Amino acid sequence: MGTPRPSRALRAFAALPLALLVLFLWLAATVRGARVVRLPFGAEALGLTLSFRLDGLSILFGTLISAVGVLVVLYGVTYLAGRRDLGRFFVCLSLFMASMIGVAVAENLIALFIFWELTSLTSWLLIGTDHERATVRAAALQALLVTAGGGMVMLAGFVMLGSVAGSFELTKILTMSGAIRAHSLYLPILLLIATGAFTKSAQVPFHFWLPAAMEAPTPVSAYLHSATMVKAGVFLLARLLPVLGGTEVWTTLLGLTGAITMLTGAFLAVVATDIKKILAYSTISALGSLVLLIGLGSPAAVQAAMVFLLAHTLYKAALFMVAGIIDHETGTRDIEALGGLRRAMPRTVVAAAAGALSLASFGPVLSFAGKEMIVLALSPSGRWSLALQAAVYTTATLLAAAAALVAIRPFFGTLPEGLRAHDPPAAMWLPPMILASSGVLIGIAPRGVTSLLLAPAAAAIHPDAGALLVALWHGVNAGLLMGAAAFTGGLLLFRTRTAWLRAVRPLAGITRFGPAALWQAGLDRALAFAAWQARVLQNGYLRIYLLFVIATMVLLVGVAAAAGGLRFRFSFHDALLHEIFLSAIILAASVVAVSSRSRLGSVAALGVVGYSVALLYILFSAPDLAMTQFLIETLTVILFVLVIYRLPRYTVLTRPLERTRDIALCTLAGGVIAAVVLAAASERAEPVLSRFYASHSVELAHGRNIVNVILVDFRALDTMGEITVVAVAAIGVLALLRLRPEGGRP
Amino acid sequence: MSSLILRTAARFLIPLLVLFSIYTLFRGHNQPGGGFAGGLLAATAFALYVFGWDARAAKRAAGIDPHVLIGTGLLLVLGSGLPALFKGRAFLTGLWASLPVGEHTGLAFGTPILFDTGVYLAVAGSVVLIITALAEEQEEED
Repeated sequence: MGTPRPSRALRAFAALPLALLVLFLWLAATVRGARVVRLPFGAEALGLTLSFRLDGLSILFGTLISAVGVLVVLYGVTYLAGRRDLGRFFVCLSLFMASMIGVAVAENLIALFIFWELTSLTSWLLIGTDHERATVRAAALQALLVTAGGGMVMLAGFVMLGSVAGSFELTKILTMSGAIRAHSLYLPILLLIATGAFTKSAQVPFHFWLPAAMEAPTPVSAYLHSATMVKAGVFLLARLLPVLGGTEVWTTLLGLTGAITMLTGAFLAVVATDIKKILAYSTISALGSLVLLIGLGSPAAVQAAMVFLLAHTLYKAALFMVAGIIDHETGTRDIEALGGLRRAMPRTVVAAAAGALSLASFGPVLSFAGKEMIVLALSPSGRWSLALQAAVYTTATLLAAAAALVAIRPFFGTLPEGLRAHDPPAAMWLPPMILASSGVLIGIAPRGVTSLLLAPAAAAIHPDAGALLVALWHGVNAGLLMGAAAFTGGLLLFRTRTAWLRAVRPLAGITRFGPAALWQAGLDRALAFAAWQARVLQNGYLRIYLLFVIATMVLLVGVAAAAGGLRFRFSFHDALLHEIFLSAIILAASVVAVSSRSRLGSVAALGVVGYSVALLYILFSAPDLAMTQFLIETLTVILFVLVIYRLPRYTVLTRPLERTRDIALCTLAGGVIAAVVLAAASERAEPVLSRFYASHSVELAHGRNIVNVILVDFRALDTMGEITVVAVAAIGVLALLRLRPEGGRP
Repeated sequence: MSSLILRTAARFLIPLLVLFSIYTLFRGHNQPGGGFAGGLLAATAFALYVFGWDARAAKRAAGIDPHVLIGTGLLLVLGSGLPALFKGRAFLTGLWASLPVGEHTGLAFGTPILFDTGVYLAVAGSVVLIITALAEEQEEED
């Protein structure tokens, strides 16, 4: 079986990120400080604008998203060659990319939220690429529910923040940090927004969706789950550090969550056996250290965070691509089943080695410089300093072991029987090679990237963090020695893995009480509740539906009317004879409609009611309403004629008690509506609204028919909603008639 | 249920009804009428055809799928709201331009006309869809 030829046309999808990359690099070279670009869209009255904030932080993220995007598209076209629906896949990927850049450059918090949820939605589609498999669907849904749910929580925080600051614009919010931190809503704002960030960036206890999302095709994992989407939470926290940061709660919440996540992720990475899961857990660990650094919030911590963020993006995307190559060429990602591939895949092993060195944060790589900076940033953090440094070194040790698992285990040792493989086409090994070697090159010569991207990004988060210097070689000092110790420790862990794995295996039982299990239990409860309430409320009998709808209406309107107090002011003395006569006809026809023993009689009586009401409209000079009413009545008759032969005879389906209940409810409903209408008519002493429409109709809307002007201009949005409902109802009727169980009757 | 009298009358009435529905649509901005009433009128013309002949013939005579009518109508309504966005106004704000006709008079054009046409199409399409669905159901029965 030969490898299917990749479609060249699909490579055109790389043009979008390439253009964006050029744009962001140009912006990086030209923009100093922050520039805000406003588009003339949006609803200013609600404080919603489409405006973009271009500063160091958003430009760094934009550059990373578009640069990795180019490579992922090129890699993906070859990786996925021969699959169906690739056009759709790459459209989803492009949509995701655009949403992610929207998150990075949004100036308005609500716009940021919308882009944020769009990334959740598109990532759901991307994780679910192989949607024929049930596990894939479950993983995609879980990722969507966790991240989009977190987004909802975050929105609540945004709304509070916006109400405290008086604006959703970041520029305004950034100037009000003092007032916001002193406000009584500060704590809820922080907790809600942090929850959103934690779900997106897979912090403990919300981390479980990320390893499950490894069901996605590898290009998706390389893009979403290393470089971009999972960094959105870190981005948001960095963005709001100047506003919400610097308090004890902030440092404790983020520091603690970050540190726990860092350690948990690193530990789980070492015990996993699927290469992608190893990488996913190590990503969780890296995200934890980023959150920890932002929690500290000092200039040194912010600088370290930016350096480590860049380093992690480069090596993690590269390693995911390597994992994809192994999977693609051998058909397995289980490290227990792999080995000795280095001769067969000489190019891949180089990319893997460079990436793994970065993952282990040791040697001439950017992440080593990043880790040195992390340790330095942790030193002055008081009595926790020692514990945090120990945590960082423990993590480094575990991640070094994970790096060995990814880069040594599949490539060295003996080639298992029957495992045949070779290097993939250049389009697949080149992207990880570029990414991994960038990590090395930037580590050796960091000056250009630092001044172009990293220093402005750090300055955008913390005003004192702009003087960023990255240096690989600080001489032989404690940091270097500790790093070497961690590296050796990691290799030792790797060599003795089988032995100590046996010791920790019994611990696997605690996953039964882990957050993933809790989540699943909660979801099951929610689904059971949904099924129960659907059984009760939507049992398939039209009369029960009507009962609930009418009862709800009576309850809501009745309570509101009773609370507000209705005033009646009307008299019959100016009623004319023919009006009284018409009303009498309507009343009589209503009685007939209710009491008639034949369906045709009821319908005819209802027709009398309808036409009489239309006449009333004419009497009170509302020709538009009358015209529509006449047409509706006519069409009702037509529709009735079409169905009358099919309907069963009038039969009594209810017991007397139920009938009494129905009569009582209907009387109540009619009474409430009549009372509300009468009260509304009594209130019309000052017809402000109709006077406004009458006087502005021609001038503002070029129309003399006020009813029509209201429908198509003043309240056009309502009309749009109404005709959409009409259309949906028509399609619903069609569905009810056409869709029925095989061979069954409707 | 086809009768000669109905068919003969329908031959004259249907074109008149359709014309009248369009007339109702366009006069609506200044006098009683509008897209909603116009759409309902157009649907009655269709119903008349269904009664005179049958649903299949009526569909053939209409020459257009009611789904397409609904979709076009909704898109028109949506589209009529977009130009205002590009002028920095709220979505669905009516925009007007005048086409000079003669010396002192002009033919006013505005996005609400597009909007009302969209309402017309969507309403007509929805009712036609329901009528065809019910009529076909009944014809299968016969």
